[in-house]
Amino acid sequence: MIRLAFGSARRAREMQQAAARGRSLWDDAWRRLRRNRAAVGAALVLAMLALAALAGPHLTPFAYDEVRKADVWAPPLTGGHLLGADALGRDLLARLLMGLRVSLAVGLAATAVSLVVGVAWGATAGFAGGLADEAMMRVVDALYSLPFIFFVILLMVAFGSNLALMFVAIGAVEWLTMSRIVRGQTLVLKEAAFVEAARAAGLTGPQIVLRHIVPNLLGPVAVYVTLTIPAVILAESFLSFLGLGVQPPMASLGGLVADGAQQMELAPWLLIFPSAAMVATLLGFNLLGDGLRDALDPKGD
Amino acid sequence: MLRFIGRRLLVAIPTLFVVVTVAFFMMRAAPGGPFDSDRRLPPEIERNVAQRYGLDRPLGEQYLDYLGGVLRGDLGPSLKYKDKTVLQILRENAPVSLRLGGLAIALAVVSGMGLGLAAATWRNRAPDHGVMALAVLGVCVPTFVTAPLLALVFAAWLGWLPSGGWNGGAAINLVLPVLALALPQVAVIARLTRAGMIEALKASHVRTARARGLPERSVILRHALRSALPPLVSYLGPACAGLLTGSLVVERIFNLPGLGRFFVVSALQRDYTVVMGMVILYAALVLALNLIADLLYAALDPRVRLT
Repeated sequence: MIRLAFGSARRAREMQQAAARGRSLWDDAWRRLRRNRAAVGAALVLAMLALAALAGPHLTPFAYDEVRKADVWAPPLTGGHLLGADALGRDLLARLLMGLRVSLAVGLAATAVSLVVGVAWGATAGFAGGLADEAMMRVVDALYSLPFIFFVILLMVAFGSNLALMFVAIGAVEWLTMSRIVRGQTLVLKEAAFVEAARAAGLTGPQIVLRHIVPNLLGPVAVYVTLTIPAVILAESFLSFLGLGVQPPMASLGGLVADGAQQMELAPWLLIFPSAAMVATLLGFNLLGDGLRDALDPKGD
Repeated sequence: MLRFIGRRLLVAIPTLFVVVTVAFFMMRAAPGGPFDSDRRLPPEIERNVAQRYGLDRPLGEQYLDYLGGVLRGDLGPSLKYKDKTVLQILRENAPVSLRLGGLAIALAVVSGMGLGLAAATWRNRAPDHGVMALAVLGVCVPTFVTAPLLALVFAAWLGWLPSGGWNGGAAINLVLPVLALALPQVAVIARLTRAGMIEALKASHVRTARARGLPERSVILRHALRSALPPLVSYLGPACAGLLTGSLVVERIFNLPGLGRFFVVSALQRDYTVVMGMVILYAALVLALNLIADLLYAALDPRVRLT
């Protein structure tokens, strides 16, 4: 929090200077981001993965759930299967693209849940201050100290795995950190002159939070969102790995890895390609998130 | 200090209570029951079984009963494993998980701190780049990818190590599971150590130590490292939570008879009492570790006052 606080004060100063030069914080951040080769590479890889996930399933010669007896455990590059086929003769490439689509969709949707809850909770706590802040953050602390994934597992086991429940369950875990970050930023912003001006102009609390606090939170929140997406994909894959997530014949990256792990001695490609796709996705988001953080925080060098 | 522990326990007990309550009702709200099977039992037998475990009574009564049992240290009988109490199951299987987890955290702390120190000492040079790359990879490559890949390479292809099984806890059977469990934690600990050390090396007490002409070795190990430790200590709680989740995966892949395997299976089988016992054990463990982490933190950093 301290780091963020200093960062924000610096940012405010930078903003003033930038205004004098006619350049905004976002222009600066954009330039810094473009100079970060790892982040640019990660963004390109992510763009390609997203494109593949969107268009890919329509382009493959096989459907992701097409069972072909003749192609059981076909190795890569045989029988028209670029990446081979699985124990039911389903094309791995088609399943991988579908799995990528599902995992990315879950990542985005659950992150959206955590974003809404986390920002609302954190901004309210930070802006209200006093006893309300204390109480709300104690709740977050208490939830933090629980092995939350066990509740997610219980939830999925108890009510069967459906996608909507998974978004809610994973989003419910991930909003905690978001709310802490947002609260810390809000505490700093609350003292800013423009908030005082808004208050003097007669705006109500909720109006100030929505119009003046939330927009100024965009930077740190954007960073944390890019880091939450891989965390969510990880959580979904973990559930799918345990057999509690996305159910077959539908595919997800975690489910494919779990599938591959069970038959890795017979058909190692079923483990290797999904693992590679998983690592590329997670690496992409993490590197982009790190890059964004460096770009938006002029303090770091 | 004692007052601090007391206050924390006062918070921990309601937390545990909430955990027990939520888990209890969540399990009961789930469709199906422990004695559902493909073969339908005659209704009389079903009634008898339900009566024996008290499952025929109102839910509220069962809940109060269960709470009473927990307070007396009685977690009840398992509904699926005949003639075993939950405590017996925990006692038989926990040592495997604890041994795995303990070894993994020891490995993670030692190697993570070593790597972090090396990275901070040779900042922006080869060791630093190597460690940071490893740290990013460690965070991005989940246990359920590393564990099967390790098994594939070292067991299936190279044949150096067994691909699974407990074998009475033989060292050779422990290498791969412990490695898989430790890797993500190594990455985080290395990263935290590096960041802490870089801050610490800029601090004035380190400059003083250097100015006094102390050898670099003792400046780093005795003066800088100490002020780099607190963030590591406070990572202890999350690290152990991470190990718990990791153990679910690792025990499954390497076919180890630990608690992790029981959790999902028991939840799927609606073995209410076993699931509850494990939830209580895990929650208590995490709460206790968080408390220990806070106490250590205060011991390391005299500026922190426990109130």
